[in-house]
Amino acid sequence: MGGVHPPENKFSAGKKTKIISLPQQVIIPLRHYSGNPSVAEVSRGEIVKVGQLIGRANGFISANVHSSVSGKVSKIDNAMDAFGYKFPAVFIDVIGDDWLDEIDLSPEVKRVCNLEPHEIIKKVAEAGIVGLGGATFPTHVKLSIPQGKKAEVLIINGAECEPYLTCDHQLMLEKGEEIIIGISILMKAIRVKKAIIGIESNKMDAVLNLEKWAKTMEGIEVVPLKVKYPQGSEKQLIQALTGREVPSGALPIEVGAVVQNVATTFAVYEAVQKNKPLIERIITVTGKSVPEPGNYWVRIGTPFTHIIEETGGMPQDTGKVVAGGPMMGRALPSLDLSVAKGTSSILFIPSSESKRGKVFNCIRCAKCVFHCPMGLEPYLLMNQGEKQMWENMEENRVMDCIECGSCSFICPSNRPLVDYIRYGKSTVGTMIRNRKTHKS
Amino acid sequence: MNLILASVVSLGGIGALSAVILYFIAQKFHVEEDARIDEVEAVLPAANCGGCGFPGCRAFAAACVTADTLDNLSCPVGGTATMEKVADILGKKAAAVVPTIAVVRCGGTCEVREKTNSYDGVKSCTIVHNLYGGETGCSWGCLGLGDCEVSCTFDAIHINPETMLPEVDEDKCTACGACVKACPKNIIELRRKGPKSRRIYVNCVNKDKGAVNKKVCKVACIGCSKCFNVCPYEAIEMGNNLAYIDSEKCKLCRKCVEVCPTNAIVELNFPPRKTKIEEPSTTGTEK
Amino acid sequence: MNKLIVSPAPHVHSGNSIRKEMVSVLIALIPAYLVALYYFGVGAIIVSVTSVISCVIFEYLIQKFLIKGENTVSDYSAVLTGLLLSFNLPSNLPVWIVVIGALVAIGVGKMSFGGLGNNPFNPALVGRVFLLISFPVQMTSWPRPMAWNTAYLDAETSATALSALKEHLGNIPSLFDMFVGNMGGSMGEVSALALLLGFVYLLFKRTITWHIPVSILLTVFIMTGIFYLVNPQTYVSPIIHLLSGGLMLGAIFMATDFVTSPMTKTGMTIYGIGIGIITVVIRMFGSYPEGVSFAILIMNAFTPLINTYIKPKRFGEVRKNG
Repeated sequence: MGGVHPPENKFSAGKKTKIISLPQQVIIPLRHYSGNPSVAEVSRGEIVKVGQLIGRANGFISANVHSSVSGKVSKIDNAMDAFGYKFPAVFIDVIGDDWLDEIDLSPEVKRVCNLEPHEIIKKVAEAGIVGLGGATFPTHVKLSIPQGKKAEVLIINGAECEPYLTCDHQLMLEKGEEIIIGISILMKAIRVKKAIIGIESNKMDAVLNLEKWAKTMEGIEVVPLKVKYPQGSEKQLIQALTGREVPSGALPIEVGAVVQNVATTFAVYEAVQKNKPLIERIITVTGKSVPEPGNYWVRIGTPFTHIIEETGGMPQDTGKVVAGGPMMGRALPSLDLSVAKGTSSILFIPSSESKRGKVFNCIRCAKCVFHCPMGLEPYLLMNQGEKQMWENMEENRVMDCIECGSCSFICPSNRPLVDYIRYGKSTVGTMIRNRKTHKS
Repeated sequence: MNLILASVVSLGGIGALSAVILYFIAQKFHVEEDARIDEVEAVLPAANCGGCGFPGCRAFAAACVTADTLDNLSCPVGGTATMEKVADILGKKAAAVVPTIAVVRCGGTCEVREKTNSYDGVKSCTIVHNLYGGETGCSWGCLGLGDCEVSCTFDAIHINPETMLPEVDEDKCTACGACVKACPKNIIELRRKGPKSRRIYVNCVNKDKGAVNKKVCKVACIGCSKCFNVCPYEAIEMGNNLAYIDSEKCKLCRKCVEVCPTNAIVELNFPPRKTKIEEPSTTGTEK
Repeated sequence: MNKLIVSPAPHVHSGNSIRKEMVSVLIALIPAYLVALYYFGVGAIIVSVTSVISCVIFEYLIQKFLIKGENTVSDYSAVLTGLLLSFNLPSNLPVWIVVIGALVAIGVGKMSFGGLGNNPFNPALVGRVFLLISFPVQMTSWPRPMAWNTAYLDAETSATALSALKEHLGNIPSLFDMFVGNMGGSMGEVSALALLLGFVYLLFKRTITWHIPVSILLTVFIMTGIFYLVNPQTYVSPIIHLLSGGLMLGAIFMATDFVTSPMTKTGMTIYGIGIGIITVVIRMFGSYPEGVSFAILIMNAFTPLINTYIKPKRFGEVRKNG
């Protein structure tokens, strides 16, 4: 239901992963997009090894942070994130590549896991694993099923519906067995007998590879999905694979589903079977003017400038640099940033495509209504946002919006629909929170 | 003829009947109101701006009539003159109104604060604030897109196209507070207007460390505390790498302005100094 | 290196524009225009060209001198209004009447409400209905279709199928003739075949959905079908109703105007049913032989109400417990 077909532009599909060399200094953020920021565990001058805990989770909805390099802690200071705001981060000068002893660096795939569910969740929490699909929600929280709810199925998100991005695709081709083992571990952790992997049908090679490995485990099914954006959105994926709709304002566990991204699943395998915390990930470096788009393993905290230099430099005609895909990614105000756990790609958009078109009146063509995957009326929400009619926006379900961008994409009048809807969401969200605190 | 008579009688009859019905309904549903509310409302400026904290002038008038004392009630638009009139009608005493005015606390003009990126989207401060830190390296400073200008019903605040900062028109500003609410970065503040309209304030709200600030804006407050040390009236407080001058305590001696290394403290409407120290830049000017 | 540009997502656009939507409708109107040229010849050219040029000029002048705002002539919506207006007029209409119609359509029907997107009523129909009421004689004398007609104002006229039915004037054309367009009527409404070709093109381009035209045509078919079944002597077959008058043109091109039709599929269906019912009522029981224009304008007035109460199916609708 709903959704659009942006041009796929998967220029880096099938490009084997390369490893980005270690930079001179890494800047590891202590704050994630979701949840409380972590508290620094190391101090200036301390020597750390790869995998060492440098930030402790602060509260339940928070995650541990580990050093992705070995070296000396230069300072703990504010660094700019993708939002242009400054938040605490640990700066480490890189010396060598010394890993903690307990991390298993052997290349063999470890298939057997004899841990109990609560032990698995504990290991996931200790390893600082967060959702690598972009939202970076702490994984151990998702795996801790609340009282009164029951998980029935584990859903693995291999859709990667955003154009240009191929990091998940490449991971599925190169680490298929590990992903399947990770899935079986997760199934054990949430006590389900069934797992479904959803992959868009433009990645049939990944579908076949995972099917091959899934045969070696019980209860794992691979389902190819129709290529439509936003197929990889959590709610849409659950509906496509199970037919159930997550109720408005509720979480997937309401319909018995727990959703994890394939990259998160791989990180869980590494954490549980190899004692390796989350310290690196694959990112895609791509764009129309990039001579050699590709997929790269990078350590968390690597500066963007280092990556760009190693992958061929920024194209001359670049107008925008986007972290993420073109539909929901963030345009960066500066390249003075480092890779965070949720960074999935660096996308260079040529300046000819970087400027927005002129905005015209709404011609009420209803295309935004037809293409909205959540059944909302973006034209109306923008209208109400312009007039600051917050209660009306709440009634028209503005909080249900997943900000996928389909409406702005398809609008013939180039109206900035998502801008006003985001404005409405933040204001209405504050209103709702205030209402709750006054009630209690 | 018959037709005309029939029309006149029937329509006239309907009109008369309606008038009688309406008369009785008006009597039955009449709301008893204190007549003084009308009198008070008549002397109010009728701007309905909400600056008094009530929804409209009539609501303020009703509050004045029912309140025991006028101490906490004041109309910022009408000021002391209006409150005296209200006090006369009600036989109460009007509180002395301390005149306040909106003050924009950011000195980051295009000249002193470099743009590091270019924003392309809806031109509204609140929407940009929702999205990211802004076009410059200072994520606290004014965005220059004019939400304050749009919110003002008295035409008293405008963005200067050269500096991209808002400027408050002293004569028109009624300190109703609309621009204070509209600014998503809480840069605008209502401060004492001061004798002869003179006031001194720190023209910066940046809470980042001084070393970082200096790189992004030449007139940023770096939290060096020189002003705090020199103030004889303890009117300055330091917090989060930022100085703040309390307009209630400030006696306008200007010692802090002299010592500020980055010219982040502004003095308004003072005569030029007799000493050889240069006049600091008076950004945030009056018209 | 220039500064990086920052804007909110999405950073890619489909390339769709208002002009592209208008052009798609203009292309869909080509078959009907060719039929009009064939059957109504010179008159068709004069009326259509006058209408289009007047609409564009009036929009330009009003925006430049009255509104003193930006010029939107380049989005082609005035061109489309002009063409659709001309399709609703007989091809022997004098130029000055066409110009008045264009002025009313653009000035009153569109600009007075604030330009494209703000008008509650279909501007071409506003113009057409104004002309119908102000110049009833000229607006109801339709030329006979003749291959490559070179006559204009002095074209030979004849009754249309509907007026023949209304006034019991006798012969109505054969079904084939009605389908192809060999009958009297306004310039663009005669050929169901050409209009249906246009409909298919619009569906293919996803400019419109099938809901409005199908619900109008089905409603008319069913309603007139019931009347016909009950009393075949007084009422004619529903097929004749579908093929006659401005129903096809109205259902496919006039009722589907973006600005004045509802925004949800359910809403569109209700809107279409409403138009169908009102059309049949006017045709059967009203004093005008044709009711589509009025029916559409009346339902245009209901569109905001439909938009307020008919909402799309929300994802994850939470059913309220009883």
